[in-house]
Amino acid sequence: MTIEEIQNEIIDEFSMFEDWEERYQYMIDLGKTLPLIEERFKTDTNIIKGCQSKVWVHAEMNDEKVNFTADSDAIITKGIIAILIRAFSNQHPKDIIDADTDFIDQIGLKEHLSPTRANGLVSMIKQLKMYAIAYQTQLN
Amino acid sequence: MLQSVFDVNTIRKDFPILERKVNGKSLIYFDNAATSQTPKQVIEVIVDYYSNYNANIHRGVHALSQEATDAYERARTKIQKHFNAKHAYEIIFTSGTTHGINLIANGFSSLLKKGDEIIVSALEHHSNIVPWQMLCERTGAILKVIPMSEEGELVLSEYDALLSTNTKLVFVNHISNALGTINPIQYIIDKAHGLGAAVLVDGAQSCPHIRPDVQDLDVDFYVCSAHKICGPTGVGMLYGKEEWLKKLPPYQGGGEMIAEVSFEKTTYADLPHKFEAGTPNVCGGIAFGAAIDYMNAIGFDAIANYENELLVYATKQLEQIENLKIYGTAKNKTSVISFNVGSIHPYDIGTILDKMGIAVRTGHHCAQPIMDFYKIPGTIRASFMFYNTKEEIDTFIASLKKAIMMLS
Repeated sequence: MTIEEIQNEIIDEFSMFEDWEERYQYMIDLGKTLPLIEERFKTDTNIIKGCQSKVWVHAEMNDEKVNFTADSDAIITKGIIAILIRAFSNQHPKDIIDADTDFIDQIGLKEHLSPTRANGLVSMIKQLKMYAIAYQTQLN
Repeated sequence: MLQSVFDVNTIRKDFPILERKVNGKSLIYFDNAATSQTPKQVIEVIVDYYSNYNANIHRGVHALSQEATDAYERARTKIQKHFNAKHAYEIIFTSGTTHGINLIANGFSSLLKKGDEIIVSALEHHSNIVPWQMLCERTGAILKVIPMSEEGELVLSEYDALLSTNTKLVFVNHISNALGTINPIQYIIDKAHGLGAAVLVDGAQSCPHIRPDVQDLDVDFYVCSAHKICGPTGVGMLYGKEEWLKKLPPYQGGGEMIAEVSFEKTTYADLPHKFEAGTPNVCGGIAFGAAIDYMNAIGFDAIANYENELLVYATKQLEQIENLKIYGTAKNKTSVISFNVGSIHPYDIGTILDKMGIAVRTGHHCAQPIMDFYKIPGTIRASFMFYNTKEEIDTFIASLKKAIMMLS
């Protein structure tokens, strides 16, 4: 599946919910499916700055596809990063770099997109794209 | 205009913001320790200023400037009376508490020498630590810290032990922003004075709840911000004893603060203008005065009694929630409750509460050393003001229980 297809799938899932409570409950549940980062990668250098909670992200590339693992000490943050990783994992670095993130708005999480918001969703997206850029330079 | 008997429902009508909805729910504002809300009596003063007599002050010959100057200086006198300073010129308008602290730290940089000591408390806000670290770097003075106990109280025996003839300055907050502990500042001041050290008290958190008498306390410097006591942001005050303010050099150069200027020499203006370079926050100062009038019309005793009722009421209910731990259990504290629930991250609870229209603070509250002491990343902090109600606390408790259920 392309990033866009996955994003549309996520939008479909979230469209079933009637209120914030169901959306957040689902996000919390998604957090539990997050591909967890190995303990040895939970280092200070892998912490994403700008989050009130701690978020660690690690990336690896196999067969020109980038795979992400992550963790957070806050459950909602874990849900947010799980959604992002689901959209971006197992994709070609160039596709990750080019991907837009409007779907966040469409699943009713727009408030998390503000750059001043303490959860750092914007920082998370930036970090995932930075990994993709780094791997893309390896391929060039 | 204002009521002599404390009636929270009447008081709430003074605060337009309390009528707004957040995420479709009636706002419950429990982030008062960060900033208080503004009553219409203060908002009207701000509108009146910009509608009718906005002008630069102290230099104008025209009517508007005269009116604005009079109103600004009247506000200074109100603040002087409120804090019972001996002279109006001992009240310096600042941009807020942090500005006041930096002004004093900068002033002391010319008075301190290597080996002098500054004492701060472990309960300080970042803004009360960084300027002193910078001052110590500049002067070679040494920073010492009064430790805190598990309950969030300062260990006074340790304070006694830290004091010596090398101590030149003691800095302590009147009330801790993270835990709500009311510090025994009279004891701290008396002990410091016994060894000839000056004392600066950070009143940012105390001024909404307590009416300090600076002469009675015999404190050397006292600072606070208007926005914590129903006034606007961007303005505050520094009280300093005349003898100290005369001794300290000016902080910023500019207009207002000079008496005569030539290229050879500038003589500084008298107090308070020596410390008020440039065009001040005229409207903010006047509105600060209006906020003090508003609070005094309600009365600080009535405010303190009612807020304590809210504190006891909320604490009792929170204590019944399983795995909930309250940080800061000092015998003497104000209406601030810092807590965590089990291993749930404070950010998660804050986010869910926000979805239910409840504003609390989460995080380290700019008091990282306190969080390090308890070995936690942060807390959820609910802080109440006299316009909050027990019904709001009930809704908060129910919402908190729901958040815990969702997050467990």
